[in-house]
Order: sequence, then structure tokens, then C-alpha cells
Amino acid sequence: MKDFNYHSAKDSKEASKLASSSSAFLAGGMTTIPSMKLGLATYKDLIDIKNIKKLSGIKVSGKSVTIGAATKHVEVSNSKDVKKAIPSLSSLAEGIGDPQVRNRGTIGGSIANNDPSADYPSACIALNATIHTNERKIEAAKFFKGMFETALKKGELIEAIEFQIPEKSSYQKHPNPASRYAIVGVYVAKHKGDVNVAVTGAKSCVYNDKDMSKALTGNFSSSSIDGMDLDSSEMNTDMHASAEFRASLVVTQAKKAVDAC
Amino acid sequence: MGKISLEVNGRKVEKEAPDNTLLSTFLREHLQLTGTHIGCDTSQCGACVVHVDGNSLKSCTALAADVNGSKVTTIEGLETNGKMHPMQEAFKKLHGLQCGFCTPGMVMSAVDLLQKNKKPSDKEIRDWLEGNICRCTGYQNIVAAVKEAATKM
Repeated sequence: MKDFNYHSAKDSKEASKLASSSSAFLAGGMTTIPSMKLGLATYKDLIDIKNIKKLSGIKVSGKSVTIGAATKHVEVSNSKDVKKAIPSLSSLAEGIGDPQVRNRGTIGGSIANNDPSADYPSACIALNATIHTNERKIEAAKFFKGMFETALKKGELIEAIEFQIPEKSSYQKHPNPASRYAIVGVYVAKHKGDVNVAVTGAKSCVYNDKDMSKALTGNFSSSSIDGMDLDSSEMNTDMHASAEFRASLVVTQAKKAVDAC
Repeated sequence: MGKISLEVNGRKVEKEAPDNTLLSTFLREHLQLTGTHIGCDTSQCGACVVHVDGNSLKSCTALAADVNGSKVTTIEGLETNGKMHPMQEAFKKLHGLQCGFCTPGMVMSAVDLLQKNKKPSDKEIRDWLEGNICRCTGYQNIVAAVKEAATKM
């Protein structure tokens, strides 16, 4: 791994002041460090944000669950408050990677990285999340721009993610047997007025499946999406699954999620 | 370059190291604690698992600078006065290893599991060892060893 300068920021202000075109924020490092080791990414400066106290912790109000960006997956999966308010979010966190990854990896890091197979982006879309940064608030629907791309500007730091508490919800993942990344993951959330069906792993970026959302908003039963023939033309094909298989898996996982709600 | 201060296996250490030094490199090359193994070096195999402030992590995917000031326990820190830790004893007794390369990480993960769950089921043990890969044993004897150790710890 090429050398860089390590900085530990005390607050968001210092972190964003240290940021430049050749820097990256370091949270759990579960993607950043392997990418740097493989030479896929090089930075002059790594700005550690884990020691910024404000960025860790979980707050639950009547309508929402707000999780600090540097909160680890293990903290989300173990939180009694999250389990009570949005059980599907707690079980999503419990299914990420392995225990050592969950002991280090953070929610903010996962979202900022926007891996097309990551779990948390689907939670953001399904639970109408608001991404709080040091500069503004961004709706999840406008945050995830494309493969590994987000609406974040250089030096902009995610501080917290605010999830809307749904009436019912479930996340169902068909994991890669080795990495536990989603080959396809579907997060179904029934809110007062409508239903979101967020899909990860299937395309280059997480998305809300409008056809399934519409069908489920009309009738919240897995029978209303049974046998749905999704367009697989934009779906990923790789050694693990073909686009056609993924299209079929999306419906299967969505049905499972509805039944588990 | 920065100063890394850690408490490793109960001993305070302070060394200068470049900022890009991984915890696994720091342990092996700066402190000569070569019990921590580097297998895949891409945070998948778990041979490099150590404890930092009581939690297991993959030391090949953490910067030494990042865990500055922490308490680190490696496989060398498990024995007491030359007597093996119950988990090590159980791995030995039940043949939870063949080539032994994955064993340090496997043992460190398993010890962390029992710290958090005193009587894990077979499924809980298998789920927990998700991030530790063994290519020799087929895992049966590893799971048996963890269960045995759970009765002794």
C-alpha cells in the first residue's frame, strides 16, 4: 500500500477542512483499506472520522430512527431501540459480512461507498431516509447516483442517517455464499400512504422498483407481485448470477419480504 | 510516520511507524509477534484476527494508527504462565486443526464469541466463524472444539 498521511479529526469542521482532491474520509475502512492495498485507490491523506463523538450513536423518536454515520454495524444490530422501532434494520445490520467486519464497518461508510451490492443503501431507499451531512440534508432518493457514486461533494461528510419508521418492513437477501454481499436484496417497507420496494445487487445502483411498489400499494400481499416479469436488460450478469436469474430473484425476495412483514 | 502506542498482551509498546502500517504488519514486523498470520490479505480469510479493546477484528484491514491507544490481544497473549488457554486446549484435544495456518485467527474469533455468548449453539458457532476460512478440517472439529471450550471457560 502506498504511503499517505493519517489524520484523526476532532470534529466535522476539521475533517472537511483537511479534505482535498486527493484525500478520503476513513471510517471502518472495510472497503477503503482493501481498495488501497490492491492499488485500486490511492490517497495522499486519510482523514479518520471515527473519533468525532457526534458521529456515533442511535436516537429514536416517534417517527424516525437516526443513526450517526460512524456507528458500527454491530451497534445497530445489537441496539434494542432499533430492534423495537425497525426490526428489519437491525437484522439487515446483523447480516452484513462477518462479525469482524461488523465490529469495524460503519453505516456512513457503507452509504458513502454506495457499492451496488451493499445492504444499507436499500434501507435508505425503503425507509425514506434523509442523509444529514455537515452541509445539508439529502433525500435518499436523490443521494444514490450510480455505481459507487453519490450526491456527496468533495469534503462533504455524512453525519447521520435518519430513517422513517414504517408500519411494517422486511429485508430479504440472497447472499453471495462467500462474501455475504447481496446477489439480490430486497427491502420492502409499508408506510402509511405507499409501499417502497428497494432493490440492491440487481443493477449498477440501488433503486425503488416502481411496478412492485404500485402493485403492493394497491394490495399488500405477495400474491399481487407473484409471477411478475421484470425487465432484466439493465440487470447485472456475473459469475454468480445471470441478469435473468437476478430478475427472477428480485420477485422471489420481494415476495418473501412481504410475507415476512 | 507517527508514534504508535499500544498495550499488546498486557505489555505497553511504543514504536515509530509509517502511517500506512497495517496492524498485522505492526504486530508481525515491528513487534515480532508472528502468531498473527496473514493469509488472503484481503480481509476474507480471518487468519489475522486479533482483539482490540475486547472485540475481534481483522488486523490486515486496520491501520496501526487507527487503533492507537488501544489494548490488543494476539494469540500469544492467551496463555497463562505457559499453560494453554482452554480454547487452545480444546483445539488440540479435538483436532480442530491440521496445517494450523488459520488456527490463530480461528481461536481468537472463537474466544471473542464465548466472551459474548457463553453457550453458543452449533449454528451460532458456525455463523460466528463465517469470517474464518479453514481449508483442511471441514470445520467439524473446530465447532466441536469451540463447544468443548465453552464448558471450560
